[in-house]
Amino acid sequence: MSVVSQIKTARMEDDHYDGSTMVLGFWIYILTDLILFATLFANFAVFSSAYNGGPHGTTIVDGEPLFNLNYVLVETFLLLISSITYGLAMVQANKNNLSGVRAWMAITFILGLCFIIMEVNEFHHLVGVLHDPAVNPAGITSAFFSAFFVLVGTHGLHVTVGLIWMALMFFHLSRAGLDSHNKTRLNCLSLFWHFLDIVWVGVFTAVYLLGVL
Amino acid sequence: MFGRFTDPNDQTAQPFYALMHEPIVLYTCIVVVVLAVVVLAAITLLGWWKPLWKNWITTVDHKRIGLMYIILAIVMLVRGFADAIMMKGHQALALGDASAGFLPPDHFDQVFTAHGVIMIFFMATPLLFGLLNYILPLQLGARDVAFPFANNLGFWITFAGAILINISLGIGNFARVGWLAYAPLSDGISSPDTGMDYYLWSLQLSGIATTMGAVNFIATIIKCRAPGMAMFKMPIFAWCALVSNVIILIIYPPLTVAFALLSCDRFLGFNFFTNDGGANPMLYVNYVWIFGHPEVYVLVLPAFGIISEIVPTFSSKRLFGYTSMVWAVLVIMILSMLVWGHHFFTMGGGEQVNTFFGIATMIIAIPTGVKVFNWLFTMYKGRIRFEPPMLWAMGMMFTFVGGGLTGVLLSIVPADFQLHNTEFLVAHFHHTIIGGVVFSYLGGLAFWFPKVFGVKPNRALGIASFWFWFFGFYFAFFPIYIVGLMGETRRMQHYLEPSLQPYFIVAFFGAVLILLGILCFVIQVILAIWYLIKNKCTLPVNENDPWGDARSLEWSISSPPPVYNFAELPQVEDEDAYWDMKRRGVPRKTSGFSKIHLPSNTNAGFIGGILLLIVGFSLVWHIWWLAAIAFVGFIFTILCHSLLGNHHGYYISAEEVQKTEDQFTAVLNAKGVKA
Repeated sequence: MSVVSQIKTARMEDDHYDGSTMVLGFWIYILTDLILFATLFANFAVFSSAYNGGPHGTTIVDGEPLFNLNYVLVETFLLLISSITYGLAMVQANKNNLSGVRAWMAITFILGLCFIIMEVNEFHHLVGVLHDPAVNPAGITSAFFSAFFVLVGTHGLHVTVGLIWMALMFFHLSRAGLDSHNKTRLNCLSLFWHFLDIVWVGVFTAVYLLGVL
Repeated sequence: MFGRFTDPNDQTAQPFYALMHEPIVLYTCIVVVVLAVVVLAAITLLGWWKPLWKNWITTVDHKRIGLMYIILAIVMLVRGFADAIMMKGHQALALGDASAGFLPPDHFDQVFTAHGVIMIFFMATPLLFGLLNYILPLQLGARDVAFPFANNLGFWITFAGAILINISLGIGNFARVGWLAYAPLSDGISSPDTGMDYYLWSLQLSGIATTMGAVNFIATIIKCRAPGMAMFKMPIFAWCALVSNVIILIIYPPLTVAFALLSCDRFLGFNFFTNDGGANPMLYVNYVWIFGHPEVYVLVLPAFGIISEIVPTFSSKRLFGYTSMVWAVLVIMILSMLVWGHHFFTMGGGEQVNTFFGIATMIIAIPTGVKVFNWLFTMYKGRIRFEPPMLWAMGMMFTFVGGGLTGVLLSIVPADFQLHNTEFLVAHFHHTIIGGVVFSYLGGLAFWFPKVFGVKPNRALGIASFWFWFFGFYFAFFPIYIVGLMGETRRMQHYLEPSLQPYFIVAFFGAVLILLGILCFVIQVILAIWYLIKNKCTLPVNENDPWGDARSLEWSISSPPPVYNFAELPQVEDEDAYWDMKRRGVPRKTSGFSKIHLPSNTNAGFIGGILLLIVGFSLVWHIWWLAAIAFVGFIFTILCHSLLGNHHGYYISAEEVQKTEDQFTAVLNAKGVKA
């Protein structure tokens, strides 16, 4: 019996909680979720000019283009900064500093929440525009806007799930502190949160920048 | 209040139309309800609820979950086959006009959709997951899958999906759109009734469960192999399982997206696949076939794996060309993603696109041929024993090659323009799926049956079942090839050409033969259940290697396996791990065990699954408040499980392990088996 396999046997026999399996499983899940987003991006690309004579990103409504880049840039920075703050929370977790984790995660949570609020507000505005006969004479949701809502909305739903999970993490932390289970959970949530950030960079580029510039 | 049930403006839902106007549906529903009442009453009278809850519903043991998947698959096989034989019987009579035969057009459309959807999503996929669940951890030398709770939850979500789609038999209707529900036929204008919504929500549930299962199996294969088992020492079945699950993770997201977008079209007035707003129904066809074509490889690759386990065992020879087998599977994985376009050559993709997909399709025959030759060379000069599993394997090789050949025929673009959407195509894919997938899975069930129950299945019934299926298939589908070549379009409720009728009558005869094959199989299952009841629900332990010359690790432990699988994790040195141990004379460990850690049961999976069933049902019927409550309940259940569930598991003491292993030792000594 080789030394490596002896060590492996020993680990499997004695320390039954192996966080690395959970992290690997979560990586695999993220890969499949990424393919889901890839499909939605492809879908958006196919319909990127299927306006059906209705409004699109550069349509001027109330003196401003429909996709307000400054507004979306603020959203983008909220999310990007939240990734940094989550990273700082992980640094504190590795130092076993529970209050540091809590503080940075609270900041991350607030930034994520602001992002969601801004996105809901933007959606509300766009739905109003689509129901305005002066801007959208056909009165139906064009394929372009269908693809827009589903792509951006799916990302928003993922961020919401991330926020619920983060709220759950506060309960976990107050129950068991930074034990091995909770560190694994923090690791998985970290993967998830950074993954959403990367997807958002894609959304910002493909939907907003390419749609307006 | 109750959505479409009570909405006076809704003329299309008609919840009880089928029960009132279709005697077949009415009688079926009565029989199902009576059977359900009898079963529930029996469980109550025998006082089995508590053990059922404790040992099965809340279990996280991969073996029990695997068995539950297989039971679900067998029930769905009977349901899907009932649809099939109804169609065959109808077609045998359907010469003339729409009143010919016994199925009116509307009902006929529902029946062929139900047959396809149930057979692929709720029969084949659960059967695959059942076999993977039961066998895979045993072959890898593991104590359980990587994520036991996700396994339990995944089963109950699959169960919820299966129940949801079957509710549509009595309440509402089934979709009338074919198994992949092409848009725009499936959008809100063309299919406003509840059938499409049942279809969408139940398949989304099944998709979630399948994705969870695939993540679990991949993590299991990567992380839970026994010490010494390098990737290239895994059994071929495990390799096929790995590749099949990787394909699942690649193809289910596009299907989920396609169904989600279609739901947006139906529920939110979006325009993706409608005829309005710049939408494009062709895109739906692309999405579903990006899923649909690799899906048949998801099903057939583990079938190849099963054959690769059966053939060496019953030829008493090492598998020929292990490495080439693995590479063939990997090449099939890549090619399977590059052929979806061959499902719509006639839609006007242009000659470049069609040529690409046609050639890619033909190339798949090469790695598949490699596998068939490997099996043949394994048998060559082997000492072949014609036990039922080997019959299934040989029947599969003989039949599947033919199905593959007609596939290559269809990949020739000009020929496809003639054969597209005809009965020829129907015969082709049944040829590959029955010949390739069903024969292999039934062979696998026969092969691993003694591992599960400790006794071999009745041999005569097994042989009879095989020959009924084998000849039944040829009688049922070769006439269908012929009528297809003659130009008969698929999914036709009736036909006007009298010369077609004899072929359909022969096909019906074939379906009756298959029915006899299924009956033999069901009697085998009933005999097994009788054996279980006779032994007061605890199966006596029996010898580990009943077929003899078995090669992988699952045959090194008792039949049925103990709850912890391996008293001590085996040390693997060879790709045929157990055969190698027998050859080297490695003695079985009989004392000096240590305590074993196992995961604890959980009720969150069952509760979550039932809540998702309620969510799906209320979304179908537009009962929004109930959907919201049940969904919040589901989230709450999962959060509670995360916060309050027992994640630490429990220990089986060393004495307990010793006692269990001593029983097995006694059995081996009594039989004089040296292991």
